Amino acid sequence: MTATRQLAERHRFRWWELVPWIAGVAVFFAFPNYLSFGTQVLITILFALSLDLVLGYAGIVTLGHAAFFGVGAYTVGMMAMHWGWNEPLSGLVAAALVAGAIGLASGLVLLRTRGLTLLMLTLCTMALLEQAANMGAAWTGGFDGMPGLSFEKILGLFSFDALYFRSQYLYSLVVLLACFVLVRALIYSSFGQSLTGIRENLLRMHAVGAPVRARLVAAYTISAALAGLAGGLYTQTTGYVNLSVLGLERAAGVLIVLILGGYGRLYGAFVGAIAYMVLEHLLAKAYPTAWQLGIGLTLMAVALYARNGILGLGDALRRRFGAGGIR
Amino acid sequence: MDPVSILLGGLASGMVLFIVSVGLSVTMGLMGFVNLAHGGFAMLVGYAIVLAMRHWGVGFLPALALAFVAVAALSVVLERLLYARLYRASELDQVLFTIGLVFVMTATVTLGVGPETQVVQLPEWLRGQTDLGFIKYRTYSLALIVSGTALVIVLWLGFERTRFGARIRAAVDNRRMAQSLGVDVGRLFAVTFAIGSGLAAVGGGLGAEILGLDPNYPLRYLVYFLIVVSVGGLGRVTGVFYAALLIGVLDFVLKIYFPKGGTVFIYVLALLLLLWRPQGLFGKRGA
Repeated sequence: MTATRQLAERHRFRWWELVPWIAGVAVFFAFPNYLSFGTQVLITILFALSLDLVLGYAGIVTLGHAAFFGVGAYTVGMMAMHWGWNEPLSGLVAAALVAGAIGLASGLVLLRTRGLTLLMLTLCTMALLEQAANMGAAWTGGFDGMPGLSFEKILGLFSFDALYFRSQYLYSLVVLLACFVLVRALIYSSFGQSLTGIRENLLRMHAVGAPVRARLVAAYTISAALAGLAGGLYTQTTGYVNLSVLGLERAAGVLIVLILGGYGRLYGAFVGAIAYMVLEHLLAKAYPTAWQLGIGLTLMAVALYARNGILGLGDALRRRFGAGGIR
Repeated sequence: MDPVSILLGGLASGMVLFIVSVGLSVTMGLMGFVNLAHGGFAMLVGYAIVLAMRHWGVGFLPALALAFVAVAALSVVLERLLYARLYRASELDQVLFTIGLVFVMTATVTLGVGPETQVVQLPEWLRGQTDLGFIKYRTYSLALIVSGTALVIVLWLGFERTRFGARIRAAVDNRRMAQSLGVDVGRLFAVTFAIGSGLAAVGGGLGAEILGLDPNYPLRYLVYFLIVVSVGGLGRVTGVFYAALLIGVLDFVLKIYFPKGGTVFIYVLALLLLLWRPQGLFGKRGA
């Protein structure tokens, strides 16, 4: 195949790209009692996907991505609490806009740095937001957060299902699909290519005259908006917000999920979120006191033996056994 | 509280921060290895001391020495067997590995000892107050300040005045150049890693009484260690020292005057300092 045709065909949808969505719908019918858990998995996938855009494609190593998830979650929560704004879809849009605005503002300031400095700056920004949410109790509910939020029917048709999470699950699945299509289009656009270029060789991108900072800030803003969307979805589906949405644990958790699945590849977020959360769920059920041991050992083993996560392991196996396969 | 005793209290916790963070700074500067489990070694030593004192009835100092040897040995084994395989891996794989190690350490002490906070029993002569002439203050905090200062001097001499220290500094500044001049960076790193973990162990042991000891220790203080390292500059002993004292004193003062949300100022300070000097206060520009 010639290079031109390869390039032209790279972004075409392939049949197996339908598999995750068919599986998502199949879960709805096969595990009706696990849809609350399934909804959390879908939200984590969306959050990890937003991180993949900056971490995997643009090469921005951040330890503060939960800042945007939290901003989205609190935006939806505060609008519902103080303004009685309970319409779900416009709530999500607001969450994305506010998180995107904060992403733009912090990106403009922080993205001049790299490496450990950037890592610490993102971490400190998130910690500041967490403290702000903690101290502004009149607005945010402080340490206790905002429990017992309720939202209107989705599109005026489907009410939130407190018992089985059926509508929440499908709602999250549809939002995830829409965001995924957007991210996929971005990745394969010339914008996405220039992000990869910046990750691979910063100097050369400067040399060819690419607007490096503008590209990085744009990617950071879009990613922040998507993370905010995930956060908004979290508040709507669970009906509460508290400080846990902004913490280091959530930021580190989503980083682990993405690295575990494989960063810089569209489906790493899916594989990582499902693998991590199912493993955690099963271990916590079987060994309530020792589940962290199992998770820790798994992470160490993956880091040692499966470079670039679970999907990276798949690549290595394919290389060993010859077949060309999925890229 | 009067200003002098607040300053002394802050200095004592700053010393602990320094002793734990300095190893992290050097290993990160040397190999670029992101070792998030660094604080874990400090925690393990704290637990080893508590257990040795409780079950074998040894005194505080012998227990500290024993725990130091055990944890330094453990770190050498881990470094040779596991860490060494990841030197050429991406920093994200290193993050995944060391976070996994933190989980394992946390789970191990939760299972082995229990989730509750452990108390380190200090020996008789370190309890109580000492009269300094102008002020009476906790003996243990004074002992921390003295031993921390002694350690800084030893480290500074070792770093700035010995051949080994010169090799480390050369490798931190320009690893490839140092290698081509015949410095065995791999071996240098193995030794430095053991020293760094050993120092984390000393800091953990000495600081367990101030910082508290429970299974979440490595993650709770990780942010503090990282702030100290990034503000101090990678691979800078004196930089880390000043940064640790600054953060330690500030944290102590703010906890007294603003018990609610005092940490905000630490984060704001770290943000501003890093925006002003991205390489850290004492790091080299363009390094």
